[in-house]
Amino acid sequence: MSSPPVAPRGWSRWLVPPAALSVHLSIGQAYAWSVFKPPLESALGLDGTQSALPFQLAIVMLGLSAAFGGTLVERNGPRWAMTVALICFSSGFLISALGAQTEQYWLIVLGYGFVGGIGLGIGYISPVSTLIKWFPDRPGMATGIAIMGFGGGALIASPWSAQMLESFGSDHSGIALAFLVHGLSYAVFMTLGVLLVRVPRTEKPVASGPSAFEGVQVSARSAVRTPQFWCLWLVLCMNVTAGIGILEKAAPMITDFFADSSTPVSASAAAGFVALLSAANMAGRIGWSSTSDLIGRKNIYRVYLGVGAVTYLIIALFGDSSKPLFVLCALVILSFYGGGFATIPAYLKDLFGTYEVGAIHGRLLTAWSTAGVLGPLIVNWIADRQEEAGKHGSSLYGLSFSIMIGLLVVGFVANELVRPVHSKHHVPAPKEGADVDRHQSA
Amino acid sequence: MSTDTSPPSRRGLIAFAWLWVGAPLAYGLYELVQKATQLFTG
Repeated sequence: MSSPPVAPRGWSRWLVPPAALSVHLSIGQAYAWSVFKPPLESALGLDGTQSALPFQLAIVMLGLSAAFGGTLVERNGPRWAMTVALICFSSGFLISALGAQTEQYWLIVLGYGFVGGIGLGIGYISPVSTLIKWFPDRPGMATGIAIMGFGGGALIASPWSAQMLESFGSDHSGIALAFLVHGLSYAVFMTLGVLLVRVPRTEKPVASGPSAFEGVQVSARSAVRTPQFWCLWLVLCMNVTAGIGILEKAAPMITDFFADSSTPVSASAAAGFVALLSAANMAGRIGWSSTSDLIGRKNIYRVYLGVGAVTYLIIALFGDSSKPLFVLCALVILSFYGGGFATIPAYLKDLFGTYEVGAIHGRLLTAWSTAGVLGPLIVNWIADRQEEAGKHGSSLYGLSFSIMIGLLVVGFVANELVRPVHSKHHVPAPKEGADVDRHQSA
Repeated sequence: MSTDTSPPSRRGLIAFAWLWVGAPLAYGLYELVQKATQLFTG
């Protein structure tokens, strides 16, 4: 077992967010996988379902490794976790490069999907509890910065990968070279995180205000046995499902909504709309999560879920009457989607303390995996059935929007049910210095 | 005689670290803005 790296005297806490960002900006590449799909399909003779396999497996592995690897991350510390993430994520690309060069597609699925997916999960949770400990006064802002990076990763990778494929060619050798360059570049980029990350010294608080190591502390094992954990699981699942409801079909949705208007939406304008949604998603992660430090976690989720439901209702009732109104509402919903992701670690910290917050966060991310299946399923299945029934335009989405409103209301109620954790679940208060030992000399 | 020394300044390291992550993020945001403007011009 490795020892978490303790910060030397005078180490600045502002070095920790870039360490976290170097990991999250890298692993966020996962959402740009679609850039590789068409070249892989033509080079290796795959269909759309097959070419999506590496991404799908990677997301499954993200959920599994975050859920099952969280305790290891807590025990061994952020540097160990970032190193594992670096090795897995980069070697995933290198294995994929070998697969593309030898035209063995199963190697790409194994490399990017399985090995790289483990890197995604461990990397995603690696900086969370460390950031919360460095920023006990602003946990929402701190985790918001890191989780914003996951959204930002695709923004960087998407044009970068596309340009690389254009330079190297889209045949199997060109794809192999692109994978190779990705693997090596991300290894170098993530190294900054490994080198910079430190856990705070705990002989004095790192900031004025509450110390990271005081208050209620609950272990990951106990946390999953509390109703609070499952209420938050439901909150996250419903919020993410609602966001995916827009994100999944954003381009066809805006086109369908204004198909019969005097100013129909062109394909390039629809692509611009999708890009704007990505910006709202990212801005929501840092903006709303930071706001939660001021107005409280429960209140911010009331906004995400309550105002989110009303915003969905506005789109359903009046969305096709005004393009700016439609765009504005979609942007608000996507900002809440991003905010929901970024605020949840701080909410967990409020309820369960910092003791094993990274591991608890990892287990909660199974809600994301569930929503990742549920959201697209609802929107696509209903839109297909409505189309078969002869409906068109905005009426294709009326029913799915009603379902999304219902899901958000369920999430809102779950948030209202969140109460402080019963003392029977608390970890007994350690003697002075014992908590430090638990975190720094494991 | 006091042996206390003040901790080294980390300003240079902080600037480097933020530039390391900020530069690619700025590139991504620039590309995003280029694409997003198509909503109003496309």
